[in-house]
Amino acid sequence: MKKYEITIGIECHVQLATKTKLFSEVDNDARGKSPNSCVSPVDYALPGMLPRLNKAAVEMAVTAGLALNSTINLKSRFDRKHYFYPDLPKGYQITQLYSPIIGPGYVELPSGTKVRIEHAHLEEDAGKLTHFDTYSLVDLNRAGTPLIEIVSMPDIHSAEDARDYCKELWRLMTYSGVCLGDLYNGNMRFDVNISLAEPGAEKLGTRAEIKNLNSFRSVEHAVAYEYERQSKLLDRGEKVKQETRGFSDATGKTTSQRSKEESQDYRYMPEPDLPPLNLPESLVEEKKKSLPLLPSDYRRMFGGLIPENILEILLDYPSLMQKLAEVDKKFATKVANLFSSVLLAEENASLLNDPLPSKDQLEDLISMQENGDLSSTAVKSVFLKFFDKEMHFKSTETIAKELNLIQENDTDTLEKIVEDVVSDPACEKAVADFKSGSEKVLGFLVGQVMKASHGKANPATVNKILREKLK
Amino acid sequence: MKIANKMTKAVDLVQEALEKVEKYKDYNIFTFVNAENALKKAAIIDAKIKKGEPVGRLAGVPYALKDNFLSPEGETTASAKILTGFTSPVTATSVKKLEDEGAIMIGRTNLDAFAHGSSTENSYFGVTKNAKDKTRVAGGSSGGSAVAVALDIVQFATGTDTGGSIRQPASFNGVFGLKPTYGAISRYGVVAMASSTDCVGFFTREASDLDLLMSITAGRDPKDQTTLPDFYESSEGDKKDFPGQRAGYDRALARDTRDDGLARRVSREVLSYRIGVIKDFKSDILDKKVKELSAKGFEIKEVSLPTLKYALAVYYVTVPAELSSNLSRHDGIRYGFRSKDANTLSDLYEHTRAEGFMPENKRRIMIGNFVLSSGFYDAYFMKAAKARTLIINEYEKAFRDVDFLLTPVSPNPAFKIGEKVNDPLAMYLEDVMSVPANLAGLPALAFPAGETDNGLPVGLQLLGPRRSDAELIKFAEENL
Repeated sequence: MKKYEITIGIECHVQLATKTKLFSEVDNDARGKSPNSCVSPVDYALPGMLPRLNKAAVEMAVTAGLALNSTINLKSRFDRKHYFYPDLPKGYQITQLYSPIIGPGYVELPSGTKVRIEHAHLEEDAGKLTHFDTYSLVDLNRAGTPLIEIVSMPDIHSAEDARDYCKELWRLMTYSGVCLGDLYNGNMRFDVNISLAEPGAEKLGTRAEIKNLNSFRSVEHAVAYEYERQSKLLDRGEKVKQETRGFSDATGKTTSQRSKEESQDYRYMPEPDLPPLNLPESLVEEKKKSLPLLPSDYRRMFGGLIPENILEILLDYPSLMQKLAEVDKKFATKVANLFSSVLLAEENASLLNDPLPSKDQLEDLISMQENGDLSSTAVKSVFLKFFDKEMHFKSTETIAKELNLIQENDTDTLEKIVEDVVSDPACEKAVADFKSGSEKVLGFLVGQVMKASHGKANPATVNKILREKLK
Repeated sequence: MKIANKMTKAVDLVQEALEKVEKYKDYNIFTFVNAENALKKAAIIDAKIKKGEPVGRLAGVPYALKDNFLSPEGETTASAKILTGFTSPVTATSVKKLEDEGAIMIGRTNLDAFAHGSSTENSYFGVTKNAKDKTRVAGGSSGGSAVAVALDIVQFATGTDTGGSIRQPASFNGVFGLKPTYGAISRYGVVAMASSTDCVGFFTREASDLDLLMSITAGRDPKDQTTLPDFYESSEGDKKDFPGQRAGYDRALARDTRDDGLARRVSREVLSYRIGVIKDFKSDILDKKVKELSAKGFEIKEVSLPTLKYALAVYYVTVPAELSSNLSRHDGIRYGFRSKDANTLSDLYEHTRAEGFMPENKRRIMIGNFVLSSGFYDAYFMKAAKARTLIINEYEKAFRDVDFLLTPVSPNPAFKIGEKVNDPLAMYLEDVMSVPANLAGLPALAFPAGETDNGLPVGLQLLGPRRSDAELIKFAEENL
């Protein structure tokens, strides 16, 4: 039992994977593009430019809201949040302070913890600054990228739950197809509010906000560090300051950035350039119908078929889960095994970027194993070949044949090979030992048959024939 | 409007305008003269006419552009130092529509910097003189445009009206000035003052020219989501129904959800119009005009709009709030003027804005920041927003009893240059009769109505319900 109860609320910024920006017509995907090449006069904030709301971003926000089990507010509005910084060309960010598009909802963690969502709102991202010794450079490619900011209730009470909540959000946003989910490139960023209080205390303690975390691990570590830091302060009878702190992955520590007194007055006001957003009920219905399968759907679908620990690992890979859902249920267990044991093995990590095998390829592969046409080793080999550019479009059988991996199942052929082996003088002693009751020499004899068949004999059948012959 | 045709050459029209620009140089009307481009464009139009190719409805018509409209021709400065050196890569929607019809921009006209003012005395380029009396102000903020039309340099000029910036200078110089219904003409590419009241409009010497200009420029612009769907129906044009376009969220969502989204038609018998006068907004010139209209058979009614006494206060809370926000983008980082005296980021902001804005700009930015700051927002901005709704409702009620309202444009005719420069409050009071139309989003047409004893022009304005622009113009054409 810890001395203090920790209370955590998390704000998460999610970049929406729209084609164009939230308020302009330029490319929203600046990956691999030179700085300031995806910038329109609107993003650049020329005088007289007006925002033009991107319908796709609104639709994605609705989808995201549904994934969060949230009510969708059919009427919402935009507001301006002001501050001066070169990453914000207009001098204000268009956001939704008073009437957000996404209302209350909840996220259920694998542990069973339910985290309520207070609301989520649609807003634009800012640009990016790179600082050098005597100057700074501004890149506005990201300025105007649509974001939703998901604000949780303070329902989280451990570093692990904080991590799992962020992870579950990541899954929900990627599964619902609204976010590319590239954490390294800031597709999702977390602000974590942490406070400590004596167990049973009526009021929450003073909170510190750790800004801009971009991995699940840093969320977990930052929370753990803050628990230590704040509990030491409280132990000494000192007060926790309400402030914004930054977290360094390198040191594992948080450091003060800005106290409440220094916080800015954002001078919020309604955005007069955009009319109120009125959504038709039919849009929400349509998005409900087309909502992709979410982690909870997969848990329901594969509960009992795939062991929970493997399922939770696979859930980190939306494309694998989508593929699993495609293949016939009766093959799911074995395909899941292949995915987790072969594809997720460290040496094969690069394959995850390649297109996955087709439903037919996978189903045939498991069928052929079950029919005895492929050994378990051969199954692995064929599976890996699916990722080969040359092989990707070939059928399972073609690949197996080309690799000469089809097992010899024909009893007559096998019997003949067995006879040859048994009558081979080199095996005379082994045959005699087996007949006198030594079970372990059977393995040697099977091996000899396999060798004689150039590895193609079905070991189970060989085993059976050998036992027959040597009775 | 005199357009180019087989008899009239565009080059002659432009040449004549350019000569007048030179002749009236001492009025300080233009911040930029577009001589070379204008003559080139005119020659192209003449060649087309010669070959019998079709030309636009404004073929070869010289016009003046208020210097807060973006176009690649000349620097767009809004008469502010902070925008000096800025040449726009984009063209305002309204400018594009005019140019597509063959209108030729002769020059950019002077205004109070960022349209903050009622005299053009707040311009970085100095004051524009009144067309009738050079010791007096042109009015503002669109002073340059008003004088350019009054002196017959151009056939029309663009303006913007946030609180009277078209109507007041029109009245001071004896020309027509139309502030259309809010959302009638796209604001895309117009340097913003206050987004919820800014309107693009025009100065002309004939009311009928306003009709043509409206039918060319009004209408839904996807680049400005506050524009009204298929808005303007010219009294000359086809009469057809426009379907309501209010349902979809990607469509125009007018701020005012009460009206039905249909263009008002010019259909009724003109003589059945009832004209209201507001009890507290009166003048001798108004009395004379009322008698005249009454003699013509129009029904005149006195109406009372008690909330109008709050209009100026509401305006000077709401508008500074919006403009302080809209001016945040001028930071010296991406375009326009940048202070040379800056070594840190905060210096760059502070010095650029301190040197680049005029005192009146700063005054309004400070008021705006104050009313938006946390702790004051509810007391000022929210309260003003609520009062604004009351004003809108009161106008709506009044328009159940009358078709138009006739009021003065401003309390006084053109004042002496320098007379009010040191008294900002007196300057703000000049707007008391013009701002209500902006707060309520109503169309208002200023027209020449007479002269003072010492020969200064005085205008009156006719206000109608939202979307009654075509009716207003038609009424003015026939009766004013």
